[in-house]
Amino acid sequence: MAVVVILVLLAVGSVLFHLLSPWWWTPIASNWNYIDNTIIITFWITGIAFTAVVLFMAYCVLRFRHRPGNTAAYEPENKKLEGWLATSTTLGVAAMLAPGLFVWNQFITVPQDAAEVEVIGQQWLWSFRLPGADGKLGTTETRNIAPENSLGLNRNDTASLDDVIIEGGELHLPVGKPVKVVLRSVDVLHDFYVPEFRAKMDMIPGMVTYFWLTPTRTGTFEILCAELCGVGHPQMRGTVVVDTEEDYQTWLAEQQTFSQLSASSETSPAATAITASAAQ
Amino acid sequence: MVDVRSGIGEALPPPEVEDVELYHPHSWWTRYVFSQDAKIIAIQYATTAIAIGMVALVLSWLMRLQLGFPGTFQLIDAEAYYQFITMHGMIMVIYLLTALFLGGFGNYLIPLMVGARDMVFPYANMLSYWIYLLAVLVLVASFFAPGGPTGAGWTLYPPQAVLSGTPGGKDWGIILMLSSLIIFIIGFTMGGLNYVVTVLQGRTRGMTLMRMPLTVWGIFTATVMALLAFPALFVACVMMLFDRLLGTSFFMPAIVEMGEQLQHGGGSPILFQHLFWFFGHPEVYIVALPAFGIVSDLISTHARKNIFGYRMMVWAIVIIGGLSFIVWAHHMYVSGMNPYFGFFFATTTLIIAVPTAIKVYNWVLTLWRGNIHLTLPMLFALAFIVTFVNGGLTGLFLGNVVVDVPLSDTMFVVAHFHMVMGVAPIMVIFGAIYHWYPKITGRMLNEVLGQIHFWVTFIGAYAIFFPMHYVGLVGVPRRYYELGEMAFVADSVHSLNAFISVMALIVGAAQIVFLFNLVWSLRHGREAGGNPWRATTLEWQTPETPPPHGNWGKELPVVYRWAYDYSVPGAPEDFIPQNQPSPGRVSHEAAS
Amino acid sequence: MSVVVLFLATVAAVIVWWLAGQRVTSRPWLEVGHAHDRRSGAPMPPAKVGLGVFLAVVGALFSLAISAYFMRMTSSDWGALPLPGFLWVNTGILTAGSIALHWTKVEAERRHDEAARTGLLAALAAGLAFLAGQLFAWRILSGAGYLLADNPANSFFYMLTGMHGLHILGGLLALGRVTARAWNTPFDRRLRLSIELCAVYWHFMLIVWLVLFALFAGWASDVIDFCRQLLT
Repeated sequence: MAVVVILVLLAVGSVLFHLLSPWWWTPIASNWNYIDNTIIITFWITGIAFTAVVLFMAYCVLRFRHRPGNTAAYEPENKKLEGWLATSTTLGVAAMLAPGLFVWNQFITVPQDAAEVEVIGQQWLWSFRLPGADGKLGTTETRNIAPENSLGLNRNDTASLDDVIIEGGELHLPVGKPVKVVLRSVDVLHDFYVPEFRAKMDMIPGMVTYFWLTPTRTGTFEILCAELCGVGHPQMRGTVVVDTEEDYQTWLAEQQTFSQLSASSETSPAATAITASAAQ
Repeated sequence: MVDVRSGIGEALPPPEVEDVELYHPHSWWTRYVFSQDAKIIAIQYATTAIAIGMVALVLSWLMRLQLGFPGTFQLIDAEAYYQFITMHGMIMVIYLLTALFLGGFGNYLIPLMVGARDMVFPYANMLSYWIYLLAVLVLVASFFAPGGPTGAGWTLYPPQAVLSGTPGGKDWGIILMLSSLIIFIIGFTMGGLNYVVTVLQGRTRGMTLMRMPLTVWGIFTATVMALLAFPALFVACVMMLFDRLLGTSFFMPAIVEMGEQLQHGGGSPILFQHLFWFFGHPEVYIVALPAFGIVSDLISTHARKNIFGYRMMVWAIVIIGGLSFIVWAHHMYVSGMNPYFGFFFATTTLIIAVPTAIKVYNWVLTLWRGNIHLTLPMLFALAFIVTFVNGGLTGLFLGNVVVDVPLSDTMFVVAHFHMVMGVAPIMVIFGAIYHWYPKITGRMLNEVLGQIHFWVTFIGAYAIFFPMHYVGLVGVPRRYYELGEMAFVADSVHSLNAFISVMALIVGAAQIVFLFNLVWSLRHGREAGGNPWRATTLEWQTPETPPPHGNWGKELPVVYRWAYDYSVPGAPEDFIPQNQPSPGRVSHEAAS
Repeated sequence: MSVVVLFLATVAAVIVWWLAGQRVTSRPWLEVGHAHDRRSGAPMPPAKVGLGVFLAVVGALFSLAISAYFMRMTSSDWGALPLPGFLWVNTGILTAGSIALHWTKVEAERRHDEAARTGLLAALAAGLAFLAGQLFAWRILSGAGYLLADNPANSFFYMLTGMHGLHILGGLLALGRVTARAWNTPFDRRLRLSIELCAVYWHFMLIVWLVLFALFAGWASDVIDFCRQLLT
């Protein structure tokens, strides 16, 4: 009998836990509320299935537990019943898969007008690169990486020269504009993960990966690394700030381009500040 | 039911099974240590697996202490933490679950259940165990090697697995881990050939495929899968060893490590992931299918009712086994592989849910109108269904490509796979041990200790892993040594983490009760007799209990019926053993 | 991964074909008695089935490695290495070993024990010669400056030939035991079976070698390109 009680408690308790517990996802800050909706559909379907199976089991144990004189029924199979169950399961699965695939199609189709932002991971910090005035990210090569060119930009590519470089600082994004986040790593696997954005993607050395999103509200969000990258993995934090358009432009104007950085690293450290301010 | 008396008057067909030439032991050493008897090998496998599993259990305690109470335990630094999670995962998946289900239960049950005297290649079977032991020893050696074991996570993703930012990456840890896996696979292949060929060629007279208990079907299918999937891990390990030791660049692209250019170039980390998961996904079912099979038999026996929809169950096992080879990339949705693969792999993954769901329905429909004896094996079987359904359903979240995007690499994933391939199969293992211990030793396990063990383990494990899903839903990433300050993580999440850790300690401690029971009952358990559960399958019909070398005495058993003749109308008893020709039962012999 | 998926599809086809003959759609609860076991005639020896399963495992191993080869090949740092002509000689030797074993098997079945013994020795010699030849080919290549870690094509060449060589070495150990038995004891059913199994293994390893050879020579990728053109 204890089994019946526990099984019922377990089913009911799980549902109540789901409904009443304070632990739920963080408020979303991107356009991917489609993903949240798909999760909610999945929760409903799976929740019903789970409760039904466990409660049915509890009922069976209650009703058909062994008592002296009981015998079990003899029923090797019931094709009709199995057919029904298989069909309804297939429908339930389709009801989850269809919206999933639909949203996935959106997820991998980057809008034409998305601005590119590059995120570079290394053990254990984040760097960022914006395309600069020409709107194009220059080419890069891991082999180019050196102390004065820590992101490995290609000096012979004119598109690189005006690229805005942010090392270890904050990334700012304008609200309401689609962004294609281009991901690169110089050492091991990392994963650019901002819980509020919902989207995430691995960063792979030797490859360029991407995803896209549209930030939908301003605020400051934490960047975490979601792919084990060595002992410093939990300390690999960064910050992304979603700004209004004006704030974004102000911030952008304060950043340094690749050519400015190269020029400053060739002069003495004392002169760096002067060149930087002169350049503005 | 048509009235045709079966079997009795007919002449027996000639024996179709060549008797295996038994190797007769001459000394204590060849009888108990270098034994070629599958049952002894099974016990050796199981003992070793459980022993190394206890190490992994202690490691999980240590990591849970760190997660629940960060900073309290000075001993556990970040390096040690990553070494613990890696070794915990690898040991549990490969060296405990795979070895125990296939090497342990496979060896014990296959020959007995199909009515053979032993495995078909007893010598290779013995070698298989000793090579497995060697693999375990190499693995254990990495704890004592300079730099300690590898801390790359059980997925061992390059490049970090072989770089200095990871514990053991530039020391012995990763080398010993890869070597141990290679040795394990060689040893497993020897055993696996035995299990497959014994089922194919070693079945006794009358044991057609469709009369085999589902346990044999599950282990057989899982072994076929393991034989075909482990080569992927083998190739991946060999290639990574080349990268680490000989400077090749299979998986290693151009890398700047801590400001220093490495010699590698051009390699593809994704290639490793494809190879790893080509093994890794079937591996999930290599653990699950034997559990499916065994739990079917436990439910049927203890509910005194035939398994509902036997044919569907067999087909589902085979279909799941086949499908599991074309879903591997659902572990790689956010790995940066070609995003269009997502459509294909999400579809195949969710299709697997259908045969799996049918199995679940058939288990609960077996309970329906049964005569349910709430014995310990039955309790564990019920616990299996609950945890498996829970873990299986969360798999629908992670298999559905776009839902996986926010949840991947969070604690949700950890909760999911622990529930579905940790807790659920372990429940079956416990149930199976309570079920077959009387056959193995001749004595019953203690009921009171068993009840304590069951309730703490079942409720405790559920209380660990159910709330953990919600930690992941909040967004807490997995494999974090410490969460530190995260703006989106409320303080209550930390309390929940502490609660989970306490439960983990309690559940771990309950296993001590179980181990004590195993040892205590050897001497003091109630005498079991040959067939305490009144079961139909052949292993309960041996002339002696525990069965001696050769199992069957003078003559092999002859099988007259399927494995699930429980509560047959008109039969004097509520079970008819498979080797019993006359049930007092009616059937249509001619109907086929 | 298409190579290994194709290979496993073939294995799956064999399994389905086999299951189709096992009456998996029958209703076992209706069939009581022993007349339903339709296994007939002399059963196949377990060792033979075991070898078949083992070869499927080896096949999976090599098709996975070949899959990896094709995936790694697409990267820009790939530089095919010139195959030493000596590999043709090795191919000839391995083929000779395979033919010798086939002949041995036939002779053993015809009860020509002496001829079979000679055949075994010849096959053993061919196997050893092949291994020596492969080592020699390695020396030629490394002497010409094609070292293991210089280029992924080199790495794959050494790794795959090494894996194949180890399989041949394992086969040689088995063949050596069979040969020793053949010289010391009269031929019986078991010995003839062992010879047959050695022959099957040798043919299989010859096929694997031919596939690898075609891969290194670049013919395999030509074939695949051709298939791709047919499809598109």
